[in-house]
Amino acid sequence: MLSYIIRRILYAVPILIGVNLITFLLFFMVNSPDDMARAQLGAKQVSPELIHSWKEARGYDKPLFINYESEGIQKATDTLFVQESLKLFSFDFGFSDANRDIGSDIKERMAPSLAIALPTFLIALITNISLALLLVLFRGSVLDTSMMILAVMIMSISGLFYIIAGQVLFSKMWHWVPISGYESGWDGVKFIILPVLIGVFAGIGSGVRWYRSIFLEQINQDYVRTARAKGLSELKVLFGHVLRNGMLPILTGVVVIIPSLFMGSLIMESFFGIPGLGSYTIDAIHAQDFAIVKAMVFLGSVLYIVGLILTDISYTLFDPRVKLS
Amino acid sequence: MKIILLWTDVMVWLLVISLLLWAWTVSRSPQVRKLWHTVFKSSIAMASAIILLFYLLFALLDSVHFRLATTTNESQSKTLQYGGITSLLDIMFSHNMKNTERTYSAPFATHEYTKSIVLNEHGVTKQEYLPLKYVGTGDDIIGKSIFAGFVGLVIVGVLILMHILWRGRRGLKSELPWRTAYLTFGVLIITFTWLYLLSYHYHVLGTDKVGGDVLYQSLKSIRTGVLIGILTTLIMLPVAVILGVSAGLFGGWVDDGIQYLYTTLSSIPGVLLIAAGVLSMQVMMDNNPTWFETTLERSDLRLLFLIIILGVTSWTGLCRLLRAETLKISQIEFVTAAKAFGVGKVTIIRRHIIPNLMHIILISVVLDFSGLVLAEAVLSYVGVGVDPTMHSWGNMINQARLEMAREPMVWWSLFSAFVFMFILVLAANLFSDRIQRVLDPRNKS
Repeated sequence: MLSYIIRRILYAVPILIGVNLITFLLFFMVNSPDDMARAQLGAKQVSPELIHSWKEARGYDKPLFINYESEGIQKATDTLFVQESLKLFSFDFGFSDANRDIGSDIKERMAPSLAIALPTFLIALITNISLALLLVLFRGSVLDTSMMILAVMIMSISGLFYIIAGQVLFSKMWHWVPISGYESGWDGVKFIILPVLIGVFAGIGSGVRWYRSIFLEQINQDYVRTARAKGLSELKVLFGHVLRNGMLPILTGVVVIIPSLFMGSLIMESFFGIPGLGSYTIDAIHAQDFAIVKAMVFLGSVLYIVGLILTDISYTLFDPRVKLS
Repeated sequence: MKIILLWTDVMVWLLVISLLLWAWTVSRSPQVRKLWHTVFKSSIAMASAIILLFYLLFALLDSVHFRLATTTNESQSKTLQYGGITSLLDIMFSHNMKNTERTYSAPFATHEYTKSIVLNEHGVTKQEYLPLKYVGTGDDIIGKSIFAGFVGLVIVGVLILMHILWRGRRGLKSELPWRTAYLTFGVLIITFTWLYLLSYHYHVLGTDKVGGDVLYQSLKSIRTGVLIGILTTLIMLPVAVILGVSAGLFGGWVDDGIQYLYTTLSSIPGVLLIAAGVLSMQVMMDNNPTWFETTLERSDLRLLFLIIILGVTSWTGLCRLLRAETLKISQIEFVTAAKAFGVGKVTIIRRHIIPNLMHIILISVVLDFSGLVLAEAVLSYVGVGVDPTMHSWGNMINQARLEMAREPMVWWSLFSAFVFMFILVLAANLFSDRIQRVLDPRNKS
């Protein structure tokens, strides 16, 4: 088990190097350090010395991939790409354009992101699975058909609509919850209710449809027929057999996104003024702050790969047939 | 008149031509004909297909661009807004483009939405609602509506009668739900005629902050939405198919390399990869101002880049599916037999692999469409979507969002954008459901 996990983590290294290469290409080939310096320093008539000192301060004065002035192995390592990648791998994200430490910013903003993302995820998971089980229990009935039509309609409405409509109805017209803002601790609950509810509702259409299709696939299997033939009640079949065997495909889809919850939701956080990582990213995109976007890309990929590894491990826990080797 | 071909226009028309060619080749195979016949047997599928075609028609009308020869400057003052480039849709709605009001007005309103300070003849300043500049007296909505409805009914009646007569020559018996088709068609045409004819007298869906007509904006946005939905999948399709099939068929280091490529790409969060791509593209376009002459060409180029970036980020899912399916198919006896007979690799791919992958490709094309249309709105909100000067539902929502705090609310811009988007996405979702049900072999039971 342990050796498997170590192997998987080692396998993640080339992927992260690839991610770095892609972001590096996007940011440095198109937007050369000279351009960045000019954009940062502002004035059109900046002197070459000023640009040089700006680049030197950030270590951007090295060549991109191959350093011809160095000797031996230094030819490859004393370059911008390797230096930048090494910094990222040690989770040293450097400073943003506004000269703030990105690493500590990220740590600070993780909690508000989780305060929204985690409840949304859990409530959505429970609601969607229960609704899907209910529909499978009454499959083929009027309830099933009408709920499926409703699900398609919920899916077809833009998520932005739910947010705007929710804010107008619950905050502006009925004054149930504040329109936006954030506070830590229990006082903050009033701020997160609305975004969580909207997040759950917006995902209910596609979620219920997905879980329902998983359960329906199970319900046509032979073992379910056998269970019914043995005289088990429909409810027992549903919870004891269908739900348990449906857990595997559900795990594949669900576990992988758990680590990414740290990243928060871009849209929710910026609409509701929550100081999490999502709004951090959006602000960085609006301000064209490449350093922050790069850090978030790296963080997001790391979390995704962690999710993939967790998925594999959870398989061994839930499916006795799967052996990691 | 000089025809102007924008980059996206070229791609749209290429797409239409290739779709027609594909439909023509496919229609010669009786099996495939039967399959599509089954798809359209469902009245929901028929209705949504007609709605989709209607949207496509607007997108195509808006994809014929030309420069009108200007003789007088006065009559052409408004069409010169885009450096003289107009589309067929612009010509249809040239009255709306010209009739720009000063500021917000509600649907069918005769007066402006906010009070302005005016000086009356006695020299006293007063606050009052000014009448709109380009709206009639507004007394006879019902009469005009009846007239518009009548015109619509005549058009629909003639077209449907022609179709029935054409069908009658081949025998009227048909399993297809033509009644639903006629009903959808009729509702669409009559609604549109009503909106169109009344748009000569009113701002049917109101006006936005700078007085632009919301109906015109919503219709212009159709092209952006449809293009992003279709062209993105079209661009990524060859990459996904070639890489997926070769990974599944050749195995070894080819398989390893391709798997590494798509795992790496898919491990980057989608929005961030798109944002990074769009940010870099912006810098690139700022550094190369010679690539485009007018704002329209600039926003068109940006749309093209956005489509390419979306394509690059979205091919991984389909590629993974195709690789798995190819692996499965290449183990089946008919492929082994073909190999044993010494059939070449290319022929095996063309005759045995690709036809068996068609259903996956088709399903993913229609499934992705609705997601991409919705994504456009979100991306425009984040600031990495289409150019802010381009008409799109995302931009409409983005601009109108700030006005929700107004009392009373300015709701019509948001409402129109959401309704136009909802109808398109709902139709696409229903249609893709039907296609999935008919084409996916797992559903045969």
